[in-house]
Amino acid sequence: MSGKAVTAAGRDLCSCHVCNLVSRWQPSAGPAYCPRCGATLHMRKPGSVARCWALLIAAYILYVPANLLVIMETGSFISYRKDTIVSGVVHLWQTGSWMIAVIVFIASVIIPLLKLISLTLLLVSVQRRSRWRPKQRTRLYRMVELVGRWSMLDIYVVTLLAALVQLGSMATVKAGPGAVAFGAVVVLTMLAAMQFDPRLIWDPFQNEEIND
Amino acid sequence: MADHPSQLIACQYCDLLQREIPLNPGCSASCSRCGAVLYRNATDSINRTLAYTLAGAVLFVVANVFPIFSIEMQGDRAGINLYGAVRSLWDQQMESISLLVLITAILVPAIELISMLCLLLPLKFGRVPAGYTVFMRTLQYVEPWGMVEVLLLGVLVSLVKLTNSFKVIPGIALWSFALLTLLLAAAAASFSARDVWARLDREKGTRVSR
Repeated sequence: MSGKAVTAAGRDLCSCHVCNLVSRWQPSAGPAYCPRCGATLHMRKPGSVARCWALLIAAYILYVPANLLVIMETGSFISYRKDTIVSGVVHLWQTGSWMIAVIVFIASVIIPLLKLISLTLLLVSVQRRSRWRPKQRTRLYRMVELVGRWSMLDIYVVTLLAALVQLGSMATVKAGPGAVAFGAVVVLTMLAAMQFDPRLIWDPFQNEEIND
Repeated sequence: MADHPSQLIACQYCDLLQREIPLNPGCSASCSRCGAVLYRNATDSINRTLAYTLAGAVLFVVANVFPIFSIEMQGDRAGINLYGAVRSLWDQQMESISLLVLITAILVPAIELISMLCLLLPLKFGRVPAGYTVFMRTLQYVEPWGMVEVLLLGVLVSLVKLTNSFKVIPGIALWSFALLTLLLAAAAASFSARDVWARLDREKGTRVSR
């Protein structure tokens, strides 16, 4: 490629998001379909930045109740407690389950926070047509895509423990309203990441020399 | 020749246009600009993926029918299976969470396994699967929402939490979920959408150009 970056868009070619087939792009001819799989072709994901912002802002708003409200109530003869995400981690730490405390802390606190910050950074940089470290930003996006699902951990734990009510009055575990907000944050950030188009990171470089 | 679209590949992450080169088995091609994986040469992709998927489907049934763990209290033993947990969450007026778990831990993995079988079984016997575009598209859209591996970690965390106050006995489904996670990872690693499309093109006997 001799240092000059040629993108598909630069050659009026478009790659299908389903089957990756590269085909010719005719903007005048109305909606285009992939000749191999029939999917609608788009040069870039339509409305990517606006949709991603909308989902991300919704996630930010719900992030507050997700962390402040109770996600789980646990009751037995000896104790009764209401846990938020953070207090649950602290309780695990204090009862000596350090490994589990660290895992839950990473999955429920660090990952959602990193996702919100990373997506904000990506969106702002794309909107400003920034040329700052595109390779690292692409890698950041891939990490967000890969790691996001692990935040579901707490939801599964709450679900499995809530099944204890089947055992009668001895012990009760109830999911709290915080779990709903937290689940919504996970889903919204995953949707936001799917709407983001990483090719936008590279578009400011189009028709330009790239020095490795 | 140089501009023939079917031999070109565009990076899904940075849109850089590159020419496909043949790879040695087990190797993968990365984008020369952003480093994302473009495609892999998965050895014997269809046969291996089919084998993993069939084994996965059997384990998936076992994992959903049998209890994940049982709890013993005063001589009584009560088992908890995944669907039961989803149901009891629903009964606690936590419908949204219950649905989220139902979709990500039960429905999506089931859809993935079924689509994979509907796609690969006919291909294995040299036929073009009916409605293959639907299955290929479904697999792609549904893939991020299948979270069996996260569920497995969730099971382990709940086990640790429960052992503080109860006697907990691991059930068959726990081991099945562990194996299912491995098999799904193996299937994902050996599945190559690019190979399937190439095979479909060949079976249809049409060369796609433009």
